[in-house]
Amino acid sequence: MTIALITSILWVTIRAGTSLLYATVGEILTERAGILNLGVEGIMIVGAVTGFAAAFHTKQVWVGVGVAMLAGAAMASIHAFLSVSLRAEQVVSGLALTIFGTGLANYLGQRLGPNGTPLVGMVGPKFTPISLSDLAEIPVLGKSVFNQDILTYATYLLVPLLWFFLNRTRPGLHLRAVGENPQTADAMGVNVAGIRYLYTIVGGMLIALGGAHLSLAYTPGWTEGLTAGRGWIAVALVIFATWDPVRAVVGAILFGGINAVQFRMQAAGTTIPAAFLNMLPYAFTIVVLVLITWWEGIRKRVGAPAALGLPYAREEKR
Amino acid sequence: MRIRLERRLKPSRAAGVLVPLISLILALAFGGLILLATGANPIVTYKAMAVGAFGGKYAISETLVKAIPLILCGLGVAVAFRMRFWNIGAEGQLAMGGFAAAWVALFLPGLLPNLPLKWLLPLMILAGMLAGALWGLIPALLRAFVGVNEVITTLMMNYIAILWIEYLFYGPWRDPKGYGFPGTAPFPQEGWLPRYPGTRVHLGLVFAIAAAIILWLVLTRTRWGYEVRVIGENPRAARYAGISLWRNFLLVMLVSGALAGLAGVGEVAGISHRLQKGLTVGYGYTAIIVAWMGQLNPWGVVLVGILLAGLLVGGDQIQITMRLPAAVALVLQGAILFFMLGGVLFNQYRLRVDWGLRRRPVRPTLPAEGGES
Repeated sequence: MTIALITSILWVTIRAGTSLLYATVGEILTERAGILNLGVEGIMIVGAVTGFAAAFHTKQVWVGVGVAMLAGAAMASIHAFLSVSLRAEQVVSGLALTIFGTGLANYLGQRLGPNGTPLVGMVGPKFTPISLSDLAEIPVLGKSVFNQDILTYATYLLVPLLWFFLNRTRPGLHLRAVGENPQTADAMGVNVAGIRYLYTIVGGMLIALGGAHLSLAYTPGWTEGLTAGRGWIAVALVIFATWDPVRAVVGAILFGGINAVQFRMQAAGTTIPAAFLNMLPYAFTIVVLVLITWWEGIRKRVGAPAALGLPYAREEKR
Repeated sequence: MRIRLERRLKPSRAAGVLVPLISLILALAFGGLILLATGANPIVTYKAMAVGAFGGKYAISETLVKAIPLILCGLGVAVAFRMRFWNIGAEGQLAMGGFAAAWVALFLPGLLPNLPLKWLLPLMILAGMLAGALWGLIPALLRAFVGVNEVITTLMMNYIAILWIEYLFYGPWRDPKGYGFPGTAPFPQEGWLPRYPGTRVHLGLVFAIAAAIILWLVLTRTRWGYEVRVIGENPRAARYAGISLWRNFLLVMLVSGALAGLAGVGEVAGISHRLQKGLTVGYGYTAIIVAWMGQLNPWGVVLVGILLAGLLVGGDQIQITMRLPAAVALVLQGAILFFMLGGVLFNQYRLRVDWGLRRRPVRPTLPAEGGES
């Protein structure tokens, strides 16, 4: 492999991994607070369509980002209300969010174009890669890691900050306490319901931002089914990352890499039918999930927050 | 003033019926807001949907056509959900059922020239159910023996199954006489499910009703049905009672997958008479709502299956007549599920409003203090 090829594969890998990384860390925040949100796919796709529509009409990419995050917050707050206040079954509530989000995105995609026409095929503003002049000289990395769009650069800061927040700050400790043992957190005077609401909503905003990265940077524009299961892959990556934002980076790179290899092989004119190449990320998700579950089982390590998916009511013992 | 939730001593029966109904009404109101916000008239839209789904013999027959896969997949999802095995792979299991039936119809007569053609249809049904069951068995095995989260595996396998059948009808199985249309050659007539004259309603409807009856008997009258319920309610208690979890995971997913596979057979052998684009239009996902709204009860699934089939047909109708996206139906489905989930609370809890005017005496019922919401 030549240097140029490695550089280009790495470049695509990071680009493709960005949306996954946002969605994965968003879901990690939510799950660390004890809320299982399986609506990632739905939130992402709503983020993608609303972000693109807003950017298209205002000609401002940043308005798109803002609107997408607001939409994500709104979607996630439905889940928070059902899971926290109404103590509903979180698995089904998340599925409902995905079904609702898919329908809403398709509907909006048909209506939010100019004068109520479809958005499909419209060209809007987009984030383009920016080369960092001082770092661009570094071989391989200069033209891959340091030649990305600003949303990708933001993840370089977001992940360490999130790690620090979770592991080294008091609010981060409260967040983890609520996810591990809400009874104790409650006794300590932590507002369990409030924290769960907060991080479900913040998580939803990050997830929607992942969707917006798809429609504003990775494949600018709107098509139905744009997210293509990435939200579900992110749910799997949370398990792969054992709820650690730093390890989420490894997962995002792994799956971004699969996309890059897929493109490479298609571009190189492989005889493998496209359908099989397209199966790769999904099959790989299953394989990775099996391996990680098996491995963690052997090491007897419980990665999931202990109270994940369980509603908390002060007066009820379990 | 404080609003509190109090646990009921036993689930409310009235709530069991009222909650789905009220959820539907609230979902329609919520969907109406979205329609209004995007410049469509909700009342006109809903009326067009209702007429499109239930107004007249043709409309009702088309609703029943869509109800068949919804009921079959819904039953499959319901039986798995009863055990809290989150099978969201009905879509893929349906696709694999359609694939296996198509293989039998297209290739088995060539492989076995002596096969009496009257056996073709039963063999297609068997093959389809088997394929769906095996596709469902994989996530069950992974869950039972490795502990892999079934939500993700069942869902990922949907994508794989759909890409697989697309590969077949776009590629090697494509009908050379099909003018480039993505689909296989038509099945021989012996492989068609009989239809009710003048409509597209096929024998699958009988299968769906029969499946509901059998499932209801099994779930309420047999030891296995009891085990499934115990596992769903309290897996730890089930283990102490000597109920094998892994065996039940496998059994439930075989049944669940077979039902979805049968739905796939119905679609290819009853409707399209070939494997073609449009087999996987989301029945497997709608089935989740059918199962939940039907409260995981086979009769509930039948009723809700017909209702949601009407919603889908109505959605298609407004796309044709009002040029509104059929996705309205999907938005409404999601909204129904939200309200259902919220409403289920009232099966188990009652709402108490404390106005804070006077102290209440301690009630002799179960302690249920606090719980602000």
